[in-house]
Amino acid sequence: MATRLQFENNCEVGVFSKLTNAYCLVAIGGSENFYSAFESELADVIPIVKTSLGGTRIIGRLCAGNKNGLLVPHTTTDQELQHLRNSLPDQVVVQRIEERLSALGNCIACNDHVALAHTDLDKETEEIIADVLGVEVFRQTIAGNILVGSYCALSNRGGIVHPHTSVEDLDELSTLLQVPLVAGTVNRGSEVIGAGMTVNDWTAFCGSDTTATELSVIDSIFKLREAQPSSIVDEMRKSLIDTYV
Amino acid sequence: MSAMDQDTGMFKVQQTIGSVLCCKCGVPMPPNAANMCVNCLRSEVDITEGLQKSIQIFYCPECGCYLQPPKTWIKAQWESKELLTFCIKRLKNLNKVKLKNAEFVWTEPHSKRIKVKLTVQAEVLNGAVLEQSYPVEYTVRDNLCESCSRFQANPDQWVASVQLRQHVSHRRTFFYLEQLILRHDAASRAIRIQQVDQGIDFFFGNKSHANSFIEFLRKVVPIEYRQDQQLVSHDVKSSLYNYKYTYSVKICPICREDLICLPSKVASGLGNLGPLVVCTKVSDNITILDPRTLRCAFLDARQYFRSGFRSALTSRQLVKYFVFDVEAPVGEATVGGQKYALSYVQIARESDIGKMFYVQTHLGHILKSGDQALGYDIYSANVNDDEMEKYRLSVKNGLPEAILIKKCYDEQRERKKGKPRAFTTKKLPMEMDESRGARVDPEKMENEYEEFLRDLEENPELRFNISLYKNKDYQESETASMTDGEGAPTVPIEELLAELELSEEEEEGNDEEDMDE
Repeated sequence: MATRLQFENNCEVGVFSKLTNAYCLVAIGGSENFYSAFESELADVIPIVKTSLGGTRIIGRLCAGNKNGLLVPHTTTDQELQHLRNSLPDQVVVQRIEERLSALGNCIACNDHVALAHTDLDKETEEIIADVLGVEVFRQTIAGNILVGSYCALSNRGGIVHPHTSVEDLDELSTLLQVPLVAGTVNRGSEVIGAGMTVNDWTAFCGSDTTATELSVIDSIFKLREAQPSSIVDEMRKSLIDTYV
Repeated sequence: MSAMDQDTGMFKVQQTIGSVLCCKCGVPMPPNAANMCVNCLRSEVDITEGLQKSIQIFYCPECGCYLQPPKTWIKAQWESKELLTFCIKRLKNLNKVKLKNAEFVWTEPHSKRIKVKLTVQAEVLNGAVLEQSYPVEYTVRDNLCESCSRFQANPDQWVASVQLRQHVSHRRTFFYLEQLILRHDAASRAIRIQQVDQGIDFFFGNKSHANSFIEFLRKVVPIEYRQDQQLVSHDVKSSLYNYKYTYSVKICPICREDLICLPSKVASGLGNLGPLVVCTKVSDNITILDPRTLRCAFLDARQYFRSGFRSALTSRQLVKYFVFDVEAPVGEATVGGQKYALSYVQIARESDIGKMFYVQTHLGHILKSGDQALGYDIYSANVNDDEMEKYRLSVKNGLPEAILIKKCYDEQRERKKGKPRAFTTKKLPMEMDESRGARVDPEKMENEYEEFLRDLEENPELRFNISLYKNKDYQESETASMTDGEGAPTVPIEELLAELELSEEEEEGNDEEDMDE
């Protein structure tokens, strides 16, 4: 079930937090309401780590990770790195990479099996991603945008992409990622999905501007309502014009 | 090689636009910049916010004009393009949005409301362009415009008047001027034209109109004028003064065919032109001809009014002569386009055929024995002119007994008496001045006008600047003057203009009339 929240009156939740199946990172300095929203959903399941990256709070956009590992940019300080290594579970490999494009969250969109990467990423970075995160890396664009991390939100069960993505592109991406995809918006028509929400396999968090329609789309594509009777799910399917692969 | 599509070499996949759900209402729609369906977008954003929706405009019911503040009044018909432009111009803030379309919505004409539907486009949210139409209501209020209210207060309101005067005993100049003015439309802006004793008054609503009229007059007759003004009202705060301007214009009293005895100063100034001269043409210059030497001189308005001499004998005093014998011309000259021949003739007055005179005349080229001519009878005239007296005393041979001026066509005119002319003239809309008592004798006016028309027939150069119109009632007579030797001079038909008749066609005379001297 998707939750609506705000970080310091800003609806771009995906900027200030990073959610995976094994851990959750949140930015420091916000009100306790922000954390309590996360904690109420995730408290005993996965650790919630407050951190900053390179002294900034925009951690969601700077790092990329899944249950296998976490990649942080070269701007991360040693203390932050150490803090992360200490707080995260041991099976999560924290790696700092030297990459010109330091906003890894904007450049890489990944789940536990497959990742989409910015077309201009270094070859070494691609290898590190494949290595640390244990994923297959595809260089792709979404609706002509190279910042794949910003314009899509990906989990193991589904994904949402930029609303202007054409049907053919959607099919292609869906084939690559092997998950159902839908073109949609978040935060009342915002196209920057990756920055507007953060998701893992059983829960999602979006900005409070998100409308009910968008929320229902999120719920259905990421399959967050497994507990629901199937008839309602079928009804939802009918109202969605998009194809599932 | 056949038709493989070679474009730029790139292989392009066909892109089909998918659809997303409107983020507000969930209806599927193609994605746009706001990612909301049009209705939701419309309900979210109102681009007409801040634009004027109702406004007041002023309308003058007399002249049908609308006020564009502060002072301009624009004439426009109900629901016309000009009215639409005017209405849109009156709206403020319309430059914030782009105007796509404007049209009138029907309102009852008596409702004093004008409704215009405007369609505007503006950018909203993140780049989506939204189009919206909305009505604007104009309340029309009646308000007389300045000129109409001034006119209502005093319909005869004039600002400038031109008082045209010529101190002679006939009105020939004014008839001729009337035709000239009609031809050149010089008095089209006069509010009123009034005929008075020795002249005509023109009233204008604007000083510049009066000025341009005077400029026109200056080009056609020699005039002298002065300008006076009278204060009508005075606004102390803005120091604006309202005046009534009066131009007093005097036309020089010398007319065609007048006999003049030049004062000695003027004569010597013109190269000792014999003091007895005949005036042959008056336009913006006066042309005077010495009949003895066939020399011409020109005087323009300034030169004339410096000396201000008057004519000794005018055309009223012309006397009919019979011509008995014309001798061979002793000298010929072409002066100012006119041919003259100096010769001696034997003439006698019609009233006293017994007394013969042997005089010199400048009309040797047109006179033949048996003709009739008009001239001044200096032998028996009692001329009331100082210069003439001085000259008479000074010259030792005495003054010439007669000076012939023009040939007389009375006999030929007898035959055509009562028949209408081939041409007609138009008239200016003049009021008669009743206030001075019945000085104007209608029969006298008729005679004068008839003489003027005869003058026109005889002189092609007079006709040069005026328009004559075909007389619809005139019909070519069968027993035309073709059979007789000589006919009276008439206006050839090719000089006549057809009047603009929108309904019927007129018959045209088939033949031309001969133009005789």
